[in-house]
Amino acid sequence: MPSLKDLKNRIGSVKNTRKITKAMQMVAAAKLRRAQEAAEAARPFAERMTAVMSALAAGVGTGEGAPKLLAGNGRDQVHLLVVMTSERGLCGGFNSSIVKLARTRANELAAAGKTVKILTVGKKGREQLRRDWGNAFVGHVDLGEVKRVGYANAQSIAREVMAAFEAGEADVVTIFYNRFQSVISQIPTEQQVIPAKFEGTATTALYDYEPSEEAILADLLPRGVATQIFTALLENGASEQGARMSAMDNATRNAGDMINKLTIQYNRSRQAAITKELIEIISGAEAL
Amino acid sequence: MASTVQFDLVSPERRLASFPATEVQIPGAMGDLTAMEGHAATITSLRPGLLKVVGTDGLKAYVVTGGFAEISATGVSVLAEQAVPLSELTPAQLDALVADACEAAAVNPDKDAADKAVADLYAMRAQAGI
Repeated sequence: MPSLKDLKNRIGSVKNTRKITKAMQMVAAAKLRRAQEAAEAARPFAERMTAVMSALAAGVGTGEGAPKLLAGNGRDQVHLLVVMTSERGLCGGFNSSIVKLARTRANELAAAGKTVKILTVGKKGREQLRRDWGNAFVGHVDLGEVKRVGYANAQSIAREVMAAFEAGEADVVTIFYNRFQSVISQIPTEQQVIPAKFEGTATTALYDYEPSEEAILADLLPRGVATQIFTALLENGASEQGARMSAMDNATRNAGDMINKLTIQYNRSRQAAITKELIEIISGAEAL
Repeated sequence: MASTVQFDLVSPERRLASFPATEVQIPGAMGDLTAMEGHAATITSLRPGLLKVVGTDGLKAYVVTGGFAEISATGVSVLAEQAVPLSELTPAQLDALVADACEAAAVNPDKDAADKAVADLYAMRAQAGI
C-alpha cells in the first residue's frame, strides 16, 4: 500500500503528463491544418500532371523506344523501396504501420529471390528497419532540419532515385507512405513510381504536341516522379500530425482516467487513516 | 469585350493564378506562342521565360522555369515547375535561378539542352529588364 505522500506525488506527476500531452495535441491540431492545406494546394498540379502523363503514356505505349522511366529497363531483379516515415515519435502507430507494410513487401520480394534495397526518409523508419533490413540500406534522407516540406526536397529524393535507376542499381522503385484519410485513419500505401504506372483509363483527347509526344513525355516523366514523391511527402506530413493528434488525445484521456482512479485511492487511504486514529483515541479513552 | 479563356497557373506547391484572360503568351519549347479563345488543343513543354497574361484587369507577367502548358479552346492551364510573379521577383532570386541552371548545366550530360536553359534565363533577364 503506497503512502499518502507517494499517492500525492503520483497524482501530481500524472497531472503534469496530461498537461504535456494536451499541449502536444493542440500543436498537432494546428500543424495538421497547415499540412492539410499544403496537401490540398498541391493537388491540382498532381492531378493535371497525372492526367496529361497517362494520356501521353497511352499514346506512346511501352513498346520499343519508349522512355525507360515508363517502360522500365526490362528487368525486375533489384527492387528499391523508399520508406517514408516521420522524424519524430509519439504519433501512435503511424511509423509502425508503414514499416510493417514495407517489411512484408521486402520479405515477399526476398522470398521470390529478388534483391531488396531500402532508402529511408525520416529517421523513425530507419530505426525500426535497422535490425532486420540494416544490410539492405542504400541511403537515408534526413528531413529533420526541414520545417516545411517543399518541392525541392521531393526533387532531391527523386534525383537520387533516378540516378540509382539509370546506373542500373535499381530496376523497380516503390514508395511507401501513409495516405491521409482522416484524423483517425491513415492508410499505409505502396506506390510504384519507376517504371511509371497509371491507374484507370486515360482519356484520349486530341492534342497537338509541341515538340513531339515522345519529347514531352521524356521531359515530363522525371517531373512526374518528383511530383509523386512530393504528394507522398505531403500526405505523410498530414497523416503524421493526424496520427499524433489522435494518439495524444487518447493519452490525455487515459491520464484523466488515471488521475480519477488515483484520487479515489488517495481519498480512501486518507479516510482509512482518519478512522484508524479515531478508533485508537476512542479505545484509549474507554480503557481508562 | 473580347472573349476570354480560363487561365490557370499552378506550381507543385500551390495554385498561383486562376482568372479569365483574353490572351496568354507562352514561352514554349519550340518558340513563343499566344493562346486565345478557340485555339487548337495543344500541349507544349515550356522553356524558362516570361509568361504574359492579358486579363480583364491588365497585363500580368510571371517568370516560369519549366513544365508544360495545356491549351484547349476554352482554357489554358500552365503547370510550371517554378513560377514567380514578375512584380515579386527580386534580382537576387533571378541570380539564384541562373546559378541553379549553371550548376545543373555543369553536371548535365546533355550539354546543349543545359546551355540553352542558361541562355534562356539570360534572355529572360534582359527581357524582364532587371
